[in-house]
Amino acid sequence: MSDTIFIEGGRVIDPANGVDGVRTVVVRDGKVAEIAERLERPRDARAIDARGKWVTPGFVDLHVHLREPGQEYKETVETGARAAVAGGFTTICAMPNTKPVNDNASVTELVLARAAAAGLARVLPLGCISRNQAGEELAEYGELKAAGCVAVTDDGRPVVSSSLMRRALEYAKAFGLPVAVHEEDPLLAGKGVMHEGPAATRLGLKGIPAAAEDVMVLRDLALLELTGGRLHVQHVSTRGAVRALREAKKRGLAVTAEVTPHHLALTDEDVAVSGYSTDLKMNPPLRSADDVAAVREGLADGTIDAIATDHAPHSLVEKDLEFDAAMNGIVGLETAFGVCMDLVRRGALPERRLVEVLTAGPAGAFRLAAGTLARGALADLAVLDPAAEWVVDPARLRSKGRNTPWKGKRLVGRCMYTIVGGRIVHEEVRAER
Amino acid sequence: MIGRHKHCIALEEYSREDILEVLDLAVSMKEVMQRPIKKVPSLRGKSIVNLFFEASTRTRSSFEIAAKILSADALNWTSAASSVTKGETLVDTARNLEAMKPDVLVIRHASGGAPRLVAEHVGCSVVSAGDGAHEHPTQGLLDCFTLREKLGTLEGKTVAIVGDISHSRVARSDLHAMPKLGAKVRLCGPPTMIPAGVEKLGATVHYDLREAVEGADAVVMLRIQHERIGDPLIPNTREYSKYWGLGVKKAEEWLKPSCVILHPGPINRGVELAPEVADGPRSVILDQVQNGVAVRMAVLYLLAGGKHAEGVEGKA
Repeated sequence: MSDTIFIEGGRVIDPANGVDGVRTVVVRDGKVAEIAERLERPRDARAIDARGKWVTPGFVDLHVHLREPGQEYKETVETGARAAVAGGFTTICAMPNTKPVNDNASVTELVLARAAAAGLARVLPLGCISRNQAGEELAEYGELKAAGCVAVTDDGRPVVSSSLMRRALEYAKAFGLPVAVHEEDPLLAGKGVMHEGPAATRLGLKGIPAAAEDVMVLRDLALLELTGGRLHVQHVSTRGAVRALREAKKRGLAVTAEVTPHHLALTDEDVAVSGYSTDLKMNPPLRSADDVAAVREGLADGTIDAIATDHAPHSLVEKDLEFDAAMNGIVGLETAFGVCMDLVRRGALPERRLVEVLTAGPAGAFRLAAGTLARGALADLAVLDPAAEWVVDPARLRSKGRNTPWKGKRLVGRCMYTIVGGRIVHEEVRAER
Repeated sequence: MIGRHKHCIALEEYSREDILEVLDLAVSMKEVMQRPIKKVPSLRGKSIVNLFFEASTRTRSSFEIAAKILSADALNWTSAASSVTKGETLVDTARNLEAMKPDVLVIRHASGGAPRLVAEHVGCSVVSAGDGAHEHPTQGLLDCFTLREKLGTLEGKTVAIVGDISHSRVARSDLHAMPKLGAKVRLCGPPTMIPAGVEKLGATVHYDLREAVEGADAVVMLRIQHERIGDPLIPNTREYSKYWGLGVKKAEEWLKPSCVILHPGPINRGVELAPEVADGPRSVILDQVQNGVAVRMAVLYLLAGGKHAEGVEGKA
């Protein structure tokens, strides 16, 4: 098998390097060897005809639940990595709320070992903010960083104690780690299962007010200002959060933010329309149309830096239940591009900005050497067909999780080839066209 | 009182000349300690009362021995075995003792400002043996004395102080005194242990130990209190030790050959200092202890010495 790949005639969109135009790309020895308008095809290169397609840096997902160790029945590092490359993601960040949690080098090393064995997407683990994710003591950030963690988070849970959050932001400075946070005041959220609003009222379900997210975002921005650390706000979903982030960035605070495809695409009304489908149950919940408009604006204007899927696979056992009892979360790696292309077609997001928030944006937030197609960079690329129509067939998803609101739905936009380190790790056989 | 100050409470209030006056006198005092008969009559008939509201063996003994070498009468008082347990206030305790006419009250208390409060209510001199996280002036003085002795001078020297700066009265006293003698101070510790605005006191802040100790002429290692519940500043002592502890390899590879290592004690062996480093050739920790007695002799003499000061060479 040749080490050289010749990707011809695609529209190369590489916001990190300011490139958007038809180019040919040559990948050799695991690196991007050449990019130019016209290139000679090397002999014995594997050729990919990218005409009419987009060629971008491989996507970077800052928020993925791989469930291993401990919950391999939901997903493993390998199946999650396979789902990732199927969606065009070549780097994914693994959340630490596994069993046991990733608050030590051993779990970090296990995740990295599984990823290396799978040989698909690169997996960058995040460590816990607090020991055992209990929210009381700091985890050993030095150890976690040395083992390979790129940030710390207690995701799944908020950091309730303001003094612990303050100390986390301070202590993380010594190791250059951003502190990523799931913003939710648990007392305000209470037993809520969807967004507090007219839809919840009609459905008779307890609501989580947007303020539950807003108060924590405001708190953490104040703590960020006090400590001078680095803050990353996960899965932003409310207008209040976007407003606070915009103002904070204007003042020069070191904060970054991510949003999920589902928070850009769906609202609380969709829960009603779906008839209480638990494929629309996640935390933070789907919000009002006004919140969705706000996060779309925030993504377009730079307030939000990245799209991150919060890919959260669950088994039927956990989802095939009444709405109140079902676990929170949906899968997202394989549908992200298609869902986001819909936003582009509606005019809510320019094409270049979409690619930016899937590549350079997330890479920049965690200061990763990814999301770029510069000559000499690692050859992590995606070849996408923005016009490919396909129907989401749960049985054919690579993830073990089938919990997606797009099951059975038609999406337009699909990843056709994914290359990691110069190897083709995903190839979508041309189907519905 | 001979010296310029009636009390020794804060080095923030001491000028360069004030500090040098103590250090120069302490040289003579140290000589007295080397004699076979460690006794001079300088403070005969004077009484020094140790009023310790916090546990201490080292500092209390040091003041007691200092007083006794100078022939003063020394009395020890600890709060645990006193009427404080019956609710007697600090000021009442001090005034009651003062009514028995001591010449110097040496006070250690958990609250910053307590010695100042006592000084406002008594007529005798007050020495602080440490008040909360505020100052430990005699420790600062003995650190300066030790450095001057080992390095020749503090002028132009760089001193790194490593540890829980936010809770350290020793760091603060050192920080007030050393720059007045011409030294540059670097503070080092985890970001959670560096107090707000400390740069304004005239030090540079470093989170990286190597950066702080490379090129330094002296390193002061502070004890870590890992039992802090409710506001954890570090995950555990294991990680603290890995990144801010001075182990054998780090000492060998990062410290100048002439660099000396200080510690106010007591040492958490294996946490902030490896045992081999604490007992190694660069360590001047035991010199500090001896110098502490000499410096406290000098301070007591300057506060309580009077017309009948005798037996100390070179000082009237």
